[in-house]
Amino acid sequence: MENQYAIEMLHITKKFPGIIANDDVTIQLKKGEIHALLGENGAGKSTLMSVLFGLYQAEEGIIKKDGKEVKINNPNDANALGIGMVHQHFKLVECFTVLDNIIMGVEPNKFGFLQKDEARKKVVELSDKYGLHVDPDAYIEDITVGMQQRTEILKMLYRENEILIFDEPTAVLTPQEIDELMQIMKNLAKEGKSILFISHKLNEIKAVADRCSVLRKGKYIGTVDTKDATIEELSAMMVGHNVNLHVQKDESVPGDVVLDIENMTVASKMHKNNAVKNVSLKVHRGEIVCIAGIDGNGQTEFVHGLTGLEPLVSGKVTLCGEDITKAAIRRKILGGMSHIPEDRHKHGLVLDYSLEDNCILMNYFDPEFTDKFGFLRRDNIRKYSEKLIEQYDVRSGQGPITIARSMSGGNQQKAIVAREIDRNPELLIAVQPTRGLDVGAIEYIHKQIVAQRDAGKGVLLVSLELEEVMDVSDRILVMYEGEIVGELDPKTTTEDELGLYMAGAKRDEVKA
Amino acid sequence: MSKKILRNEAFQSLFASFICIILGVLIGYIVLLFINPTGAGEAIMEVLKNFFHYSKANLQIKNFGNTLVKTAPLLMCALSILFSYKVGLFNIGAAGQYCVGICASIFCAIQFGLGWLPCMIIAAVCGAAYGAVVGLLKSYCNVNEVISGIMLNWIALYTTNMILNNVKETTSPYTFHLNTHGEQAMLPGLGMDKIFAGNTYVTIALPLAVLTAVAIHIILEKTKFGYELKATGFNKNAAKYAGMAEKRNIIVTLMISGAIAALGASFMYLTDYEQWSCTSSAVPAMGFNGIAAAFLGGLNPIGTIFSSYFIQHITNGGAYVDKTMYCSQISDLISAIIIYLCGFVFFIKYTMNQILDKQEEKAALKEKAAAEANTQEGGDK
Repeated sequence: MENQYAIEMLHITKKFPGIIANDDVTIQLKKGEIHALLGENGAGKSTLMSVLFGLYQAEEGIIKKDGKEVKINNPNDANALGIGMVHQHFKLVECFTVLDNIIMGVEPNKFGFLQKDEARKKVVELSDKYGLHVDPDAYIEDITVGMQQRTEILKMLYRENEILIFDEPTAVLTPQEIDELMQIMKNLAKEGKSILFISHKLNEIKAVADRCSVLRKGKYIGTVDTKDATIEELSAMMVGHNVNLHVQKDESVPGDVVLDIENMTVASKMHKNNAVKNVSLKVHRGEIVCIAGIDGNGQTEFVHGLTGLEPLVSGKVTLCGEDITKAAIRRKILGGMSHIPEDRHKHGLVLDYSLEDNCILMNYFDPEFTDKFGFLRRDNIRKYSEKLIEQYDVRSGQGPITIARSMSGGNQQKAIVAREIDRNPELLIAVQPTRGLDVGAIEYIHKQIVAQRDAGKGVLLVSLELEEVMDVSDRILVMYEGEIVGELDPKTTTEDELGLYMAGAKRDEVKA
Repeated sequence: MSKKILRNEAFQSLFASFICIILGVLIGYIVLLFINPTGAGEAIMEVLKNFFHYSKANLQIKNFGNTLVKTAPLLMCALSILFSYKVGLFNIGAAGQYCVGICASIFCAIQFGLGWLPCMIIAAVCGAAYGAVVGLLKSYCNVNEVISGIMLNWIALYTTNMILNNVKETTSPYTFHLNTHGEQAMLPGLGMDKIFAGNTYVTIALPLAVLTAVAIHIILEKTKFGYELKATGFNKNAAKYAGMAEKRNIIVTLMISGAIAALGASFMYLTDYEQWSCTSSAVPAMGFNGIAAAFLGGLNPIGTIFSSYFIQHITNGGAYVDKTMYCSQISDLISAIIIYLCGFVFFIKYTMNQILDKQEEKAALKEKAAAEANTQEGGDK
């Protein structure tokens, strides 16, 4: 019988201390198909792909390429077999340029001298062809997460890989960009490339994938043709029970002003223009204000300026009636500001600290955790972290003493959300709080955010995900090129209208 | 059971350090073989034997004391490096801070005739101030601490030469002996000389250095301050996000590091064991050997006590190598090779974990096979 599979992973088992990440999983990727791999966080999707990519060795099971068994001991073997991967957490050298990162490992050279012009031409062609716009000479550390991902995709395309693995590629893209990416993926599949698409976004899987394999808690649940399955069926397969995909919330009852921003301007690290220009807005108690916008329009700088991670050029910020424009970060934290950061690895966690030590990151100096001689009260820290773990269902291999680095992305995020919400803030700033999370966790975090609102707190949500923006917020402010260009009511507006504002095609004069 | 021990962090550090030492000795031996094969075995044994070179118990103990005298400052330098390393800073300026400590303690002792305690305190303050320069440059001008540290090392060296020129013998480049020109500044021995066969250089310096190690261990592991410092070291962005004053922490850390290194210098020079040569053209090696001692000790303050002793042991032992067979630099070379290999502790630990991981995978596989043979796997729960 003729072999129709590009890659087969048969009966793969992979264990880590305290956890079976993959338990007898079988995936068969047909040539030229887009095959989705669906599962919650910690279901073992990333592990499985790491096995395929040679980053981990499975204890059991075999991998076949074009029907022949192959051994993949490291990413070089995977590359040689034409397997390329865009990782969930990017593998980029921060102090190199985009171009350098793309050609890394396959540098075109003559007698050892780099031939960058050639490479640049190819990269520019590829990025034009697929609409992956990114400046080849920008340094990775200076560009946004979205652009970094585009670099990763280009890296794979540059290597002309046959089997492309996308590990949650849409997590940081805007709706329009996601549509574009979907189109790219379809085109690639048409050209005969085989795509493994890891996601837990059911809409996307439904839109782009031919078939879908589902994992749950490391176990293989089944493979279905996506055209025959409904979103509800897929989601039930993934989580094992039915979930509510829409946020339940009552009418917002705005109270006093919690946060008042007047004419805030923040400089950009990337270019000479200001990244945030003269932004004014108010957040009231009992409302969720959402800053919507396409990635890279000043949201990151706005939040950094607000929270104190970056200095302001000008403007005034008032929190609960107190002028905190020039206040130290610690002062803002004590003043009732809570911040779920955009980049959980860069800001949110000390990855080499244990989970319990991360739980007290914002209030380790509290008398509850530090006695009057400056010694840490380990017993209280343990108790507190166990409470958070229990209450917010943070899963990890060894409980409080698990090193944060070894936890799955979703559980890392849950730990941060737990820490930030449990501090009982007056203002909660949540930046992409559900980035890279599964349906169950998203539902949970959205509930928590709404609960904060209902408890009379102000919530400032920054999100790139249209669905989240429409579902969770009470008021939408659209940010475009560092300015607020529109204020919309999620109950009356449509995703299309929002998209027009986000793309800069439409703008109002907004008075905050 | 045995697997658990192998996974134990403390055991791994110990084991890795041990492997490094053996490798270092082996390579040192091979080098000796190349230079002169007949005396190699004996020479390497001399390095390891150190004070056991002497057959009389009396001399052995006395020379053991000498090794301990130099262990105290080495331990302090190692702690200085370790402390800042935990905050993510590489304090190569420890050598210069040590130099500043020498300058301050000798000058205060001879010129001003101060007692040992004021001399020590002034040395520590000067070291802290010198460390603060590195810290200020780092946190406010973003100058890499290694670059500024190295340059400040040379400034410290020549400043020390210049200042101590005022308190040196007229006929030699060495500074005055303390027992003739500053007896009041000599560290008290608390009768320890009796234990060490009349070696009067053995003083409270050693117990003080050990106490410092314990104190640093407690600060890093048990206190709020240590929590902050380590968080800054692991991820300074997260530290900033959490509202920690990272700039202040960097400066404070380097001040403490500087104070420790300078105190180490006073532990050495206030015993009168050595005098400073005002024509020195190299920064004392103590500060650099501290790097090796810190790493060999697995970056653990308590481990550093033992690693410092070991490094000083072989450094002293090098002096007993037969100079008729080998040129006089050989002792330094052999100790240097061993010290160099000591830096490989983390590599060994990493390799160890890799091997253990592989074994565990295999064991898990077997287990699973056995389990499958016994029972048929059921469906989903």
